[in-house]
Amino acid sequence: MESAIKINKLSMLLDGRVQALKDVTLEFQAGKITGLIGPSGAGKTTLIRSIVGLLKTPSGAVRVFGQAAGSAGLRNAVAYMAQDLSVYTDLTVKENLMYFARMKGQSHRQAAVTAQELLKMTDMADKASSVVSDLSGGQQQRVSLAVALIGQPKLLVLDEPTVELDPVLRSNLWKLFHQLADNGTTLIISSHSMDEASRCDDLVLIRGGEVLAHSAPDKLLEKTKTHSVEQAFLELVGQ
Amino acid sequence: MSITKTFATAGRVLGQLRHDPRTVVLLFILPPVLLTLFKYVFHDQEKVFDNIAPMLLGIFPMIMMFLITSIATLRERRSGTLERLMTMPVSKLDYVLGYALAFSVVALLQAIITSGVLLYMLNVSVAGGALATIVGAVAAALLGTALGLFASAFARTEFQAIQFMPAFIFPQLLICGLFVARDHMADLLQWIANIMPLTYSVDLMKQVTTAADWTSVHTGDLLVVLGFTIAALVLGSITIRRQERP
Repeated sequence: MESAIKINKLSMLLDGRVQALKDVTLEFQAGKITGLIGPSGAGKTTLIRSIVGLLKTPSGAVRVFGQAAGSAGLRNAVAYMAQDLSVYTDLTVKENLMYFARMKGQSHRQAAVTAQELLKMTDMADKASSVVSDLSGGQQQRVSLAVALIGQPKLLVLDEPTVELDPVLRSNLWKLFHQLADNGTTLIISSHSMDEASRCDDLVLIRGGEVLAHSAPDKLLEKTKTHSVEQAFLELVGQ
Repeated sequence: MSITKTFATAGRVLGQLRHDPRTVVLLFILPPVLLTLFKYVFHDQEKVFDNIAPMLLGIFPMIMMFLITSIATLRERRSGTLERLMTMPVSKLDYVLGYALAFSVVALLQAIITSGVLLYMLNVSVAGGALATIVGAVAAALLGTALGLFASAFARTEFQAIQFMPAFIFPQLLICGLFVARDHMADLLQWIANIMPLTYSVDLMKQVTTAADWTSVHTGDLLVVLGFTIAALVLGSITIRRQERP
């Protein structure tokens, strides 16, 4: 299978003192959902920001679809949803979607169509005219996700996208993620929740900036002779 | 660079203002109210008020625009929206010019309202007329916008952004010739005043107050103010980074 992302010997020292990543070498398959699973402070966000190209990589290399991460040629192909909302909370949901769609190069008319589609896709059609700051945490999260989905990116990088969502919404979003993957989108989804790991095609377990394991969930359980990703994680860290 | 993205950004900034009516009221009402207050402060010295009022018209909009722009752009930097934009095919200049365009519209409206109050309600006579007064006020407001964009790069919090006003603007205010004629100040201060943009903004308004015709001195002052504005916008866009150092 074709690989979407190749990371080679990536090490990262944050603020010159905190070792966020240690000699990470990984390949992410195209059209798959890869879960980046690990506790808070494991290095997930640093790895994600390196892939999206927001962090310079002084040591090691990150290549996305054959280009250096952050290259101008990747800006329409890669979309990122950060843990912060990163939307205009003083604008309405539709205004946010329209604006970001325009920034992705769509005409006013195209942007209006995109906004309608994404409102439906994220189950936010009835909130189109609501100002984002008036919405609940989960709804705001969906606005941020909808923005990331603009323009059908080839790579979707989502940092903890299902935090604060109720189980029904979470389940619906996972269905959406699988639909996107089936249509060829590569997804990287970070989570500190081990429960979500089983929904991924592939898992990267990370702790202290080091990759503990990289395999499909069933193979991980088989290899560690455990029954859950949480047990596998504990087994791998020697507890 | 894309002109449509610049216009879309300007539209978005104006949309944000539209959702904040209190700020809109303050933007358009505060400068005329302050000028009116000054009128009554100089109740028995009408001549003094007539002389300084047009210059204040070049200062109040600049200060307000400086504050609004620096806080608005700092909010973008801190909330993650700017970072998100930088992952998209958006040029830094699109973003900065979008802000400049949006606040130019605001500055124009503000200048029209404030000049109207100054000329027709407070009955201050400005030799250069209404149009020249508005041009001077808009140029000053644009300068405030550009300096605010630039200054926001050095602030990490809203508190710091507000502190930049006394740091960036107050020293210029003291030596620009508003309170004491520049040739009465110490040589060093005169030299510093000569390289400060507010000096030329206030000078332009002085010229507008006293000269009936638009002269090369007006044009020179206006060009210096616009030059500083463009330089601050370019520097502001340079301070935006697509990639952080770890």
